[in-house]
Formats: sequence, C-alpha cells, structure tokens
Amino acid sequence: MSTTYLLKRLLWALPTLFGVAVVVFVLLRVVPGDPIAMMIPPGATTEDIQRLRHFYGLDTSIPEQFGVWIGQILQGQFGNSISLREKVMTLVLGKLPATLELVFFALIVATMLGVLLAVAAVYFRPRWPELVIDGFAGVSLAMPDFLWALVFILVLGVLFPVLPISGRLDPGMAFEPDTGFYLIESVLRGQFAIARELLRHLLLPGLALALPLAAGLTRVLKASLLEAMKQDYVTLARVKGYSRARILWRVALRNALIPALTLTGVQFTFLVGGTVLIEYIFAYPGIGNLAIGAVIQRDLPLLQGLVLTFAVLFIATNLCVDLLCTLLNPKVRHA
Amino acid sequence: MSTLSRAILGLNGRTLFGGTVLALLVLVAVLAPWLSPHDPLEQDLLNTLARPSWFGGDTGFPLGTDSLGRDILSRILYGARAALIVAVVAAFLAGALGTTLGLFAGYLGGWVDTLISRVVDIWMSFPAVLLSIVLAAVIGAGLYTVVVAIVVIDWTRFCRVVRAEVLVQREQDYVASALVVGLTPMRILIDEVLPNVAPLLLTLFTLEMGIAIVVEAILSFVGLSASGIPTWGGMIAEGRQYVNQAWWLLAFPMACVIVSVLGLNALGDGLRDVLDPVKQR
Repeated sequence: MSTTYLLKRLLWALPTLFGVAVVVFVLLRVVPGDPIAMMIPPGATTEDIQRLRHFYGLDTSIPEQFGVWIGQILQGQFGNSISLREKVMTLVLGKLPATLELVFFALIVATMLGVLLAVAAVYFRPRWPELVIDGFAGVSLAMPDFLWALVFILVLGVLFPVLPISGRLDPGMAFEPDTGFYLIESVLRGQFAIARELLRHLLLPGLALALPLAAGLTRVLKASLLEAMKQDYVTLARVKGYSRARILWRVALRNALIPALTLTGVQFTFLVGGTVLIEYIFAYPGIGNLAIGAVIQRDLPLLQGLVLTFAVLFIATNLCVDLLCTLLNPKVRHA
Repeated sequence: MSTLSRAILGLNGRTLFGGTVLALLVLVAVLAPWLSPHDPLEQDLLNTLARPSWFGGDTGFPLGTDSLGRDILSRILYGARAALIVAVVAAFLAGALGTTLGLFAGYLGGWVDTLISRVVDIWMSFPAVLLSIVLAAVIGAGLYTVVVAIVVIDWTRFCRVVRAEVLVQREQDYVASALVVGLTPMRILIDEVLPNVAPLLLTLFTLEMGIAIVVEAILSFVGLSASGIPTWGGMIAEGRQYVNQAWWLLAFPMACVIVSVLGLNALGDGLRDVLDPVKQR
C-alpha cells in the first residue's frame, strides 16, 4: 500500500474507463428511435434533416463517430446535446454540483446515523433498544433507496406534509448563486434562510440514499465494537473507572471505526449510482435526473457523456475510499 | 440428513415469514382472475381517483381507482403476475449464466479465471441502475426487456459468490477422490461440485427474486416496462404523479413491492442459516 500501489490503481482505471466508453457507445448506436426525427418540425425538408445529421455527426460510419467522440473527450468535450441544444460538457458541469452536494450530504448522514445506531445498540445490549436497532438495520438493508424514497414521499411529504418532496429550492426564494454549489455558497454568503430551505429539500432524498448505507455500517460497526469491547485496553479503561458511555465513544469506537468504514467503503459507490433514480423521483436537478431525461429523449451525445461521468465518479469514489483507508489505518500507514 | 429435511426441521421465523409471502405471491398471481372484483383494464371514467371503500370511500372500489377509474385492487392482483414472472425467469437466467461462468472461473483457474474476473470487475464499475435504464431504452419497453436487463447486469452477483465457493470446494477431499477415480473435470464440476454449491445458489436465487421485483418497479417507473398489462411499478409511477391528490394510488402497489422484497430477503437470509452446515452444529 504505497504510492506505487495508488499509481497502479490510477493506471488500471484508464482501461476500465475505455471499456465503459466502448460498451456505452456501441450499445447506444443500436438504439431504435431516431433522435433527429424527434427534434425536427413537421415541415422540415430532406435537406434540413441531412444538414442536422451532418451537424451532429450522425451521417458517418460508427467507427468514425467513435473516433470523433474519443477525440472530443481527449480535448475535454463531450459534443452537443440533441434535445437541450447545448454543449454536453456545459450541461454536465452545470448539474454536477447539485449531485455532489446530495451525495456528500447523504454520505455524512449515513456515517453519523450508522455510528450513532451501532454505539447505541452496543450501549443498550442486551435490552430492547438493541433489538429495535437490529430490526431496523435488517429492514433498511433489504429495502433499496428507491423504496425508501417512495415511503418518504408518501408519509413525510403527503400524509404528514412536513418536508418538500421535489426540487432543490422553491422558485420563489430570492437567491442568485454564482456557482452550482448552492448550499456551500448560501452558507458562505450568510444567507441562512436559503441554506435552511436547501437542507429541507435535501433531507428526504439524502435520507433515502443514506439509509441502506447507514444500515450496513451499523451492522459492521456493531460487530467490530463488540469485538473491541473484549480487548485488554477496554478492560484497562474499565479498571480506571471510565463510564460505559465514555469507554464506548472514546476507546472502543476509535479502534473499531476505521475497519468498519473500510468494509462499507464499497457501498459508497452504490450511493453514487443511486442518485440517478433518487434525483428523478424527487425532481432534483442533478446529473442523474438529466440522465433519465436523456434516455427518454434518446439524446445520445448527452447520455454518453453522462454515463462516462458516472463511471469517472464511481472510479474516483473507489480510489478515494482506498486512499482514505490507507491514510487512516495506522497499520498500513507505517508499513 | 439431507438438505431438504434439514430445511424443514430448521424452519426459523424468517424462513416462515418469507415462505408465507412467497406462497401468497404465487397464490395471488395464479388466482388473480377469480379474486379480482373488476376487470383490471376496465375504465370507469365517472369514478376516477375514487377513494378506497375500505378507507372511507363509498363507490365500491375496495382500494379505490386510478386516474382512468380502473380498480386498484384488481390491478394489484394482476400485477403480481408480472412481478412473479419477472422474478422467477430473470433470477433463473441470471443464476444460470453467473453460475456457469463462476464454476469455470473457480475450478479451471488460470487465464479463464483472470478473464472472467476482469469482466466482472469492469461490469461492476457501471452504475447498475443507469445501465439497466440505458439497456432497457436500447431494447425497447416491455417485460422481456426487464428480464434481459436484470440478467445482463446481475449475473455478476452469482458469478462472484459461486467462484469464491468453488475455490473452497476445489480443495476438498471429495474432489481429489473424484480425480483419482478418473472422472473428467466436467463430470466433477457437474456431479460433485455443483450439488455442494446448490444450497448457496438457492439463497442467491431467492435474494435475486427480490431484486428483480424492485428492478421491474424501477424500469416501470421510468416508463420502460410493459405498458399494456398492470404492473406494480407502472402503478407506482402513476401514483407518484397523483400523490398530492390521491395517496392510495401510490400506497398500495408500493406496499406490495415492499412486502415482497422484505419477504424474499427474509427467506434468503433464513435459508442461508438453515442450510449452512456449520451453523447447524
């Protein structure tokens, strides 16, 4: 686990990305349904259609199109979106911050919730709160984010309407951000009413994404906390007269958290993938929502760019998890 | 003791709950025409979005009607058919493909293993939901599409687990004895190793059925599943649109998906414990 290892991991990411690019490109060329046919007005002449085809490069052979596309990517461009008539790169970069805010929010919620539940379960062991937490973790693990989202919409959005169920910010709010990172920017500008409203909109989609991950973390962390509680250093702390809560938070958790986070790290990528559907359900304006729109509109250039963006996010997440685990784990760090 | 009798004797709470859910699902799917109070496709435009009569409505629709006045209870009962068909067929095909590749990768090792494992790695670096939506868009909407999308994406689950298990089994004495007796690798794989992996497969199969039901719901939700027949996912999609006017459109099909998924998960977990010889002792 060293710089060489990380470099190797980075290099491995390239063929994987290329594989993703090839598969996506080939897959999308066999799509039935003509994107040009969907955008032309009824009175268009054959020449107009030809011109459009030429503009979007759809009149060349498939290997040629692939070459052009890869060339564009190397120059940092993804081509033009057909349905939204804008540069794909502009669209992706415009919506990416919204998705990143959602992902990080969900990640923080999941980690806090997971740690809290695991510590509580061990603290109250073997009384009923432990059983309730175990049961909750079991159900959360079985239920994917999609179903949680629907439950939240129904229960907290409609039956007891306490939280908003769509969008990122109500259109009525006066907020003109310079960047896509609304939440960060509103806090930096001191507009806390806006920040609060943004958080309220983030809560349900974030929670839906976070719950399955939190449940996984609870399970793993609980097991490693129980293991830690048997160790000599815990006995020593007990002999010193520390309270049970203090032993759990200060001594056992410190030793158990990193292995547990390492084990659940893989699931972070599931959270990133989950944004596609969750954003669509909550009409949250991020790249996931954009991707489903692109599928419905048969917008090939946009969809290609988005799938590739998600693949990059996936690989980056995996790398970050690896890197963090290396940095945080003393055994590996000093090796 | 055979695995079957062990399974029956070792019935635990989760297996029982999951088994009941599965049995109900099968029963409802088979008996849908006799249980349904209405034709699931029949529209009653005078009674659109009617309140469920079991929850205070008075139009005689037990679980209310949708935006076209179709009876929700009947659509749910018929929707169980689509859910069950997709669950069984998709889980079976994904299992068959993944198990075959996993058996070869684990038993043969070498370049076969390297190749298959690398493909699995690349496969899993796709976002599954996005991939299934793209796939479904490519093939065109329909139940068949849902099945193909699940098989193409989820064979990796079976492949990884089976490969790992075969790596363990390969070192067992019974494989060595079979080799000594002179059985061909193919015979050993099918007659000796496969039966020992079977309990694991049963668990994976059950879990995959639950996943398949969710994927069907997801693809229906984005309009990529069957459109002519009632499906739970299609009902959920409509329910999301009308959620502010009529909660029952979303609540009932959603509850069906949740109960099915929880039931199948419980069954899978329960079976894993029941069939695990180590935990039996």
